[in-house]
Formats: sequence, C-alpha cells, structure tokens
Amino acid sequence: MSNDLYGPVANVAEQAGWEAPPPRKGFFTDTSICIGCKACEVACKEWNQVPEDGLNWLGSSYDNTGALGASTWRHVAFIEQSKPLPGQEPGFEGAPTGPSATDALNRSVDEAQQGNLAMLGTDSGQVSLGMPATRLPGADSTSRTEFRWLMASDVCKHCTHAACLDVCPTGSLFRTEFGTVVVQEDICNGCGYCVPACPFGVIDRRIEEHGVKNAGIAQKCTLCYDRLQADMTPACAKACPTESIQFGDLDELRDRAQKRVEQLHANGVTNARLYLEDKTDGIGGAGAFFLLLDEPETYGFPPDPVVTTRDLPSMWRRAGLAAAALLAGAVASFLGGRA
Amino acid sequence: MGASFGRGGATTFQQDLQNSDCIVIQGSNMAECHPVGFQWVMEAKARGAKIIHVDPRFTRTSAVSDLHVPLRAGSDIAFLGGIVNYILENDKYFKEYVLAYTNAASVISEDFRDTDDLDGVFSGYDPETATYDPASWQYDGVVEPAAAGHRAKPSEADNADGAGGEPHSSQKERGSGHELGGRGATMSGGHDVPRDETLQHPRCVFQVLKRHYARYTPQMVAEVCGVPEELFLQVCKDVTDNSGRDRTTCWVYSVGWTHHTVGVQYIRGSAIIQLLLGNMGRPGGGILALRGHASIQGSTDIPTLFNLLPGYLPMPKAGVHDSFQDYLASITSPTQKGFWANADAYAVSLLKSYWGDAATAHNDWAFEYLPRLTGDHGTYQTVMDMLDDKVEGYFLLGQNPAVGSAHGKMQRMGMSHLKWLVVRDLNLIESATFWKDGPEIETGELTTGEIGTEVFFFPAAAHVEKDGTFTQTQRMLQWHHKAVEPPGHCRSELRFFFELGQKMRAALAGSSLERDRPLLDLTWDYPVDEHGDPSADAVLQEINGAHLSGDKAGRMLDSYTEMQADGSTSGGCWIYTGVYGGDVNHAKDRKPGRDQNWVAPDWGWAWPANRRILYNRASADPDGKPWSERKAYVWWDDEQQKWTGHDIPDFEVGKPPSYRPEPGTAGVEGLAGDDPFIMQSDGKGWLYAPTGLLDGPLPAHYEPSESPVRNPLYRQQANPTREVYKRKDNLQNPSPPEPNWEVFPFVFTTYRLTEHHTAGGMSRWVPYLAELQPEFFCEVSPELAEERNLQHLGWATIVTARTAIEARVLVTDRVVPLRVGGNVVHQVGLPYHWGVGSDALSTGDSANDLFGVTLDPNVHIQESKVASCDIQPGRRPTGPALLRLVEEYQSRAGTTVETGNQHRTPVARGAATGE
Repeated sequence: MSNDLYGPVANVAEQAGWEAPPPRKGFFTDTSICIGCKACEVACKEWNQVPEDGLNWLGSSYDNTGALGASTWRHVAFIEQSKPLPGQEPGFEGAPTGPSATDALNRSVDEAQQGNLAMLGTDSGQVSLGMPATRLPGADSTSRTEFRWLMASDVCKHCTHAACLDVCPTGSLFRTEFGTVVVQEDICNGCGYCVPACPFGVIDRRIEEHGVKNAGIAQKCTLCYDRLQADMTPACAKACPTESIQFGDLDELRDRAQKRVEQLHANGVTNARLYLEDKTDGIGGAGAFFLLLDEPETYGFPPDPVVTTRDLPSMWRRAGLAAAALLAGAVASFLGGRA
Repeated sequence: MGASFGRGGATTFQQDLQNSDCIVIQGSNMAECHPVGFQWVMEAKARGAKIIHVDPRFTRTSAVSDLHVPLRAGSDIAFLGGIVNYILENDKYFKEYVLAYTNAASVISEDFRDTDDLDGVFSGYDPETATYDPASWQYDGVVEPAAAGHRAKPSEADNADGAGGEPHSSQKERGSGHELGGRGATMSGGHDVPRDETLQHPRCVFQVLKRHYARYTPQMVAEVCGVPEELFLQVCKDVTDNSGRDRTTCWVYSVGWTHHTVGVQYIRGSAIIQLLLGNMGRPGGGILALRGHASIQGSTDIPTLFNLLPGYLPMPKAGVHDSFQDYLASITSPTQKGFWANADAYAVSLLKSYWGDAATAHNDWAFEYLPRLTGDHGTYQTVMDMLDDKVEGYFLLGQNPAVGSAHGKMQRMGMSHLKWLVVRDLNLIESATFWKDGPEIETGELTTGEIGTEVFFFPAAAHVEKDGTFTQTQRMLQWHHKAVEPPGHCRSELRFFFELGQKMRAALAGSSLERDRPLLDLTWDYPVDEHGDPSADAVLQEINGAHLSGDKAGRMLDSYTEMQADGSTSGGCWIYTGVYGGDVNHAKDRKPGRDQNWVAPDWGWAWPANRRILYNRASADPDGKPWSERKAYVWWDDEQQKWTGHDIPDFEVGKPPSYRPEPGTAGVEGLAGDDPFIMQSDGKGWLYAPTGLLDGPLPAHYEPSESPVRNPLYRQQANPTREVYKRKDNLQNPSPPEPNWEVFPFVFTTYRLTEHHTAGGMSRWVPYLAELQPEFFCEVSPELAEERNLQHLGWATIVTARTAIEARVLVTDRVVPLRVGGNVVHQVGLPYHWGVGSDALSTGDSANDLFGVTLDPNVHIQESKVASCDIQPGRRPTGPALLRLVEEYQSRAGTTVETGNQHRTPVARGAATGE
C-alpha cells in the first residue's frame, strides 16, 4: 500500500492502515444559511473542555473570537462588506448614506495596532452640541447602497493529505478509522512542527498559562473522535440550529452539497460555490468542506491551498541527488588526489 | 392579541413557519434571539418563501432575509397602517374571509368620532384623567358593558395615600386592559350586532377602517418611518401576493413591539392586516408572538402579574368585586357568545384547587379569601412605592431589575429603601450587590453603610437540577427532568416556596384570626422525594384539575369543558386542563417527529386542548371546506359529521358549518357554525375593537414618548393615554413641539445579542458566553460617527435626562441614517446585557439606565425599545462629575417634571413649535 502525499486518494483510512474502516466522516458547512449564533463555538468548547481564551472585544463585526487556534476549534467569521449579495435587498437604497465604514474601520484598527488605543475616540474637542449638521450624507456620489453580511463557521479541514500529520515526529497526530486527523495529547511533546505545516493556520500550541489544561500541547478539532466512536454527531453539528453545519458520510455530503449549489444557482445566487470539496485539489479534498457565497479570500481562506508536504518526495529526491553528488565529489576529490 | 382574537398567545407554532409563502419579521430579531426556532424560517426560505425583515438595524436576521427594510424605531404603526391602506385601496383583501370571519360588516355607534375628526384622539377622551370612556366606540345598539375595557375612576384609596403630594395621574388602577392580554373583551349582546353585508354602510367597521387609514399613504409612510416609497410598496406587494386562498403570510413579532407606550396597538396593527388578508387560523399564516425567554408564556398563563389569576381570570378589585357574582359579571356577560361564558366553572374550579374542602357553595367558594386590588401594583409602581417607603420586602426570582428594567437607577434606589430583599438566582447578580458596587455608590448617591436593606441571597437550582415544565412561545408545555441534584445549598423554586409556606402556616397555626384563614385553609400538601423536593408532577396534576365527586372522583379532567361551577371539579388553570388528561402527563410526550404527522401533536402539550394553530376553524371556508388544497388544515367531514384534519379543531367538533343559533342564544351555543373566534363575544376576529382597549379601537400612529420627530399625522404627539410619572427622579427628554428637543437629537434602541441572555445573569458569568461578547458597545453608522467624531474601537458617552453611560464604539455599515420628513434621523444601537457590578466576568454600563419610566396604558409595559439621546465621543465622567454632566444636559433642555409628560399635545401657536 502506498502512502501518497499528494493527489486523489480512494480511501484515506485504508491508506493509513485501517482494515475495513467505516465510511469517511466529515462536515459540510453551508454558509448560506449560517446565522452567526456561535452555538458551534460554545458546544465545541463545552464538549471538548477547551478553555476560555480571553475576554477581548475585537470590534471586528460580531467576531470576538478572532481565529482558529489551540483553544478555538470552531470560529465563526463575520464579514461586513459594501457589496451586493445576489437575491438579497438590504434596503439601503434611498437612505441618506455616505461612504462605507470600511476605511474608517481599517484606520482605527491600524491605530490600535500601533498602540494608540488609549487615545481612540477620546478627543471631544471638535464636536458641537445640539443638532446634527444639515448637510445630508449621501448627497454626493459616494453613497453606500449595497451591503452584505456573510457568516461562516470555520473548522479544521481534516485534509486528505494532512501536512500536520505528515510532519509529526512523535506520531501524536494520526489518521482515525473515520478518516479524520486527531492529536493524541498524551503523546504530543509540543515540538510545534505541525503549526507551520498547516496550510490553513488551524493547529496551534496552547499558550502556557497557569492551570490551563494541555499547556504547550498542539491542539485542534478532533471532529469529536470520542463522539464518533459512540456513533454520535459532533457537538458543533448537533448544536447548529439551522443545519448550516452538516455531519455525515463524506460522499453523501458531497452529493448534498452539489445539489444545494445547483439550487442556489437556480435561485440566482450565482456566486455560490463549494470550497475544498474537490479531490484533485492541493490537499486531495478536505474532510470538512464549505459552501461559500464568494471567493474563498472573502472569508479569509487560502484560494488554492496545497499540502506543505507535497514536495517532500521531490525535495528528498533532490536532497538525495545533492547528497550523492556531494559524496561523489568528495570521493572523486579523494580519488583524484590519489591519482 | 386577546382583544383581536380572544386569546393572548401566539396563534401558531414555529414549525408551521415552514408552510408560509412569506414571513414578515417585524419587532423581532428572530435569528439572534430565537435561533433554534429560526430553523423553520430557513426551511421556509429553502422552500421558496420570501423572508422580509423590518427593523431599524441590519441584524443577523436581515443577513439571511430576502429583504431588509430599515425603519425608524417607534414608527411601526404608520408602517402597518400604510399596509392596511394599501390593501383597502387596491382591493387586496380576502373578501369571503373578511365578510364571514371578521367584524368588518358590524356597524358602529353613531357617537363614534375618529382621530381625524378630533385632532388625533378618539371620541370619549378626557384630558383631565387622560383616559377614554369607550361608550361611543361600541357596536350600534350595544350598551357599554359593566367593567371590561373601562377602568374605574380614580378611587379615594388612590389619592388618600399619595404620599409625596405629587398627583400621579397614572397611579390609578388600569388593570382591565391588561387582562385582555389573555381574553376577548366582555360585551353584552354579541349575537345581535347590526351588520351590513355589503360593507357599504358609512358606519360599518370596513368603512371606518378605510377612512381611518386613508392618510397612511406610501408618502406618509416615507415621511414617518424613513422608508422610501418604493421599498414600502415592495413589502405591500410581497405580502398581498402571498396571501389569499392558495397562499399565506405569517407575521412574527417579539419584544421589539411590546416595549412601547403603544405596544398593544402595534400588535393590533398586524392583527388587522392578517384578518384582512385572511391569514388567521390557517397554515403558514397567523401572528407568531415570540416570547422573551423560556416560559414567559407560562408566566402569564399562570401569572406573575399582579392583576391576573391563572388562566387569564382577572384579580378581583376592592370595592368593585365585593361579591362573587359581581366578579363573574365583570368577566362575562350572560348574553355574550363564546367560551368565556363558562367563566364561573373556571373560577370555581380554581378556588376549589386553592382551598379544597374549605371552598363551599356556602361561602361562595372562598371567594372572600382572594386578595383584592386597591390600585396599580405593577413592577414600576411598586418601585416608586418602595421609594415612598411603602414596601418593606421584595422577592427577586430569576429577575435582575438593576440591569433588566427601565430606569435602573430608580430600581436600585428603590431597593435601597427596603427592609429586606430576597434574591434567588444562579449568580450574585447586580440586584444582589448594588449596595456595595452599584453605580450610585460611585457617584455618592448611596453609601453602603447607610443602606438599611438586609439582602438575603439564596442560590437557585438550574433547570437541569429540577423537574418541571416550560411553557414556551407557542403555548407548549414541555417537561424537563432533573438530570443532577442541585449542588450545595441550591434549591428549586418549588421547594423554596413549599417550605416557606409550611413555615408561615406553622407560625400561624392555632390562630383564630379571620385574616389568617386563607393561608391556613390553603391546600398545601405535596409529596416530597427523598431529597425533600416537592413533586412537580403533583403540582401539574393540581393545575390540570380533577373530578372531586361522582364516579370519576379522583380522576384527572380531560378538558376544561368538564369543569363545573358546582364545586364538583378543581383546576388550577383552566386553559392547562388536559395536560394531564387520561391521567397521563402529556408535557412528557416525546414521540419523534418522524413517527407522527407534521403538526406533531404527540410532542409536549399545547394549550388550549393541545391545539397548535388557534382559530383553525378559519382554515376552512364558511361551508367547512378547505380554502384550497394547498392550505388544507382543518375541515368538516360530512360523512362523519365532525371537524377533522391535521390539527385538533379549535371548535366544537360536532357543530356543523351550517349551524345557526336561535336569535338571542348566548354562550357556547350562541356560536354559529362559521364563528371561528370562539373566545370572542361575537365569534368574529376584530378589525375594530369596540371594547377592551384603553387607548383606542384602532391603532393610530403616535410618536414614542421621547422622539426628536414631530408627529406628521396628528396634532397629538404621543399616546394621549400613556402612563406618565411626573417625578424629579424620572425626568423626560423634551420632544417636539416642546422646545429644546434638539439637546437630545438622536434616537436610540436597545436589544439583545445571541451570545447573552437578557440582563446577563445566565451568560455574563459563563466564560464560554462572556468571551463571545465581552464588552458593552454601541452600534453607530459611519455617518453618525463622522457627525459626532466617534472612533471605531474608541469610547462614546450616551446621555439622556436620567443619566450618562459609556460604551465602546462599533462603527458599522449595518446601521443607516434615515430621511424622515426633511431631516436626517440617526439611530444608536445599544445591547442591554451589561451592568455595573463586581462579580460577573463581563461588566459594563447598563443601557436600560438611560430610560425613564413611561408605560403603555393597557399592559403597564415600559417604553424601553426607543427614546431620544445625545452621543458624544470619549468616556463619561466618573463620581459626582457624572451627576453634574447630566444636570448640565437637563439645564440646557430646560427639563422639569412636566417636560414630555403632557398627555394632550396643545394646539400649535404660531411658529413656536420647534419645527
């Protein structure tokens, strides 16, 4: 049995050595019906006993989670944009609007990052009391009329070709019989090789804080391995009220997703697309794939992710060649010297 | 809802939303506040339904809707009235339905005068008392009933103890309207109302309606609501295109509608639309009232309200209901139609369940034992009574008024006057710690050492630590089982009150005083388990009621129709009778959806009689046939001679559509075979409410009590009957035509976020929830941010005549300014979950502190969804400087106790209107 690092794989669990494994399990996250309730985030933390990781208000729409990490295995992204969403009328047309907030937001974030947080919004010198100005915002041509608020629950992709697993020197990361990728926290030594290996920035080491469980250990979504073994639905999918997160046999999910995209296209939502569903992509298709309403970049996803270990064989081949050449050179120099 | 249809509950169930062709969500942020039920909206959308969200902000509900309509907070009646006008002007109403099932054809008294005739008020208005005499609103020839819909004149009792000397114009008892939250109004002679089947009579309801809303044109909607005409007409088109024989539209509302001084009339507005379009009682139609949180429906059915007894029976009033007969006569008239005619059986059964053998025919079933109301004892009046040192003790159970109630400062100051305060909660909420860490400690208004209130904190058991039922938003009782024992000293409410009752009875044992009889004679004998917890199952049995004599003695009642007025039955809440039918606890029913039909009658139990869509007789035409195959729900089966269908018929099951009562027949027999609104005194859905409401028979647009906008429709600015409290600790911002309203030029609204639970008691102490929304923030448009120099991520100070609070600034495109009349109106959004304290993981200023106390006259609900404010960049001052800032604003606005508290808006003089 070969252990491919790239390209389509018929049965990823079998390839990992499981005999007659169950069908590969996964998530299909349909972001078109996500309502951003974050029940997935809470259910995940609750079930997996992931610690709270900071009461930080980020001012990033309704996202105060920030990103996936060692203590965030589900993350709901909130994207506010002055762009149209096909099939939706935001009702801003005709309102006395000015330009979108995006530039002002970015400026504030830049300032905050430069450490000027204390100064933000505290200068009241320029504000007059009483009535607002009579100038109508939106009188000029910069009026914002389009708007969309996209939400998407992100998670570990459980790649067909999982670089984190490939680089793990301890064998802590392994492929389960369900085709998922799981960290064994009692084996992980915290070396951190997996962290830069992930093309999505999912896995991370838990920052050492007093009293925190598994400090220093690499952590990520297990697709609720313990629940799967008991024939239960993962916590996030179970908690999702709108079935935006769907769990099941990956092949069946792919069919369902394809039909949903076709339905949305028929309804005029022409930007709808599947992401990471394709077995021929750079990671061999994901165990957790998505239906997006725009380019992956909109949601902060890499557009064309490639498993970071794809080139390992050729790298080794080249390294081997180089080593052989060096060896040959050295031998030659000795031989030559003798000659 | 009670005034329009006869019962105060959501008329449909959330699963039925999937059958809607169009769903209008207005006054509700369903995706954020009811995310689990929202799956049915998403299901409807997937089936092709149009989802419309009408809301001041673009929320998570808007994000997945087809159409979002931003409107000015507090302008919904103008919007709904505009739709009524569109329906009538364009002949879009469902003619057969309207004629057969509503009171459109009924003729109104010639004494009635509308708002257009009287400068913004209806006939019968008394500016002295700010109340209506509804005599002129009646159907032609109908005499005004004894008590319903008409409040007692201020009695001596109210004035005699008015300590403080301020004439509280609103302090009198106004309970009647509140009770109609649950039932149709009393009316004599519901059977012989004059009708004009051609709808042409100038005084028939249909023509009155047409005239009343004639000025609610799309242009007017644009001017009042800030909704452009085109957008408004799109909504009208979507709604009317998706209503009729083949299609149905559902209206969804929540506390975004109820927390107003005209909240009841908002709901009436949607009731009129849904009746005109024939959407009531039909699948995919109805009005879905979404309740604020778990078992709020239950807390009105078995009420925590001062003026109601279980099952929406009114609380008797001192001097009005001296005898049981007086009391019954006020609930029901012997000549009216419908099931309220049996109120005597419901009341006697309730008294039997309270006092058992001590309730006899001899003593009028111990009616004398019931306490009597002497005035308004609503939550806000009670707090003002605390301030007047008239209240000694206070129980807070699952309530955090220091954060969750309007005018938090008044709440906290009131509690500081108590002798004792009992707080039963999961956490040390702000209402339990205000004496050491509340905002008034910081400003110096309160000093810990000088507060005499003794605070007792009792840790409470959570819902998984006790047995019991929740009655959720669709009137459904669901049992929750105790999963674990409560930790430490945590106790269930049931145990707390059971033991408290036992202790009180023990203390009074042997007393021969007449006043102690009610407590000593109370049936108070629930079995307890090995941990000492009383059996919740036994309580539910008591609520359901039982046969007390005859061959069925000891058996549970199967239906409220079995209740008798002769003392042979008991029942703690007649509308819940049947939940234990057949001696089975149906609240525990858990048959999976896949094993039963889509209505799922075997999951939980819904009142009344497990009916899931109310008034479902209206899903069939007058002859009993479904209006269409697609919308078939309940119909008359000629062969079996009974009503049948997917749901339990909300009608006498064997009464044929052709049944016509003898003229003059009252009670249940008085209902014709095509009278679907069986709790109404005339069997019809009320487009026009001839009785039962305290602020008018039809919704008219009035501005919020505090508004920077002059009412474009009438001279009358705000609800002329709203309950105001002229107190120095309750100053109001001026609104036009009063001068200086510009000091508070912006509109603000409050709301909840998915991540938190109401006043935060169940979420700000939970790390996994607190981290998701860790800080109090305000939402502003980029336009307002530029106007007021507010910087994203920075701070802002929001000021009203009550106080100033600070919040982090979230600038967002989701908030848009609106063009209202010729002006731009900016709205500020404030989630209200936070409070100042020291125990929660996440604390912050409380948005509800900004509000004053002004109430809806019908239901005593505060206007806490809209008011005016100023917003400035930067943090607020602390300590006494905060008080100085607020005083500065009050001074600039020239605020006195009269400001904003005038009931009748004076006639404009010259240009001095502030326009």
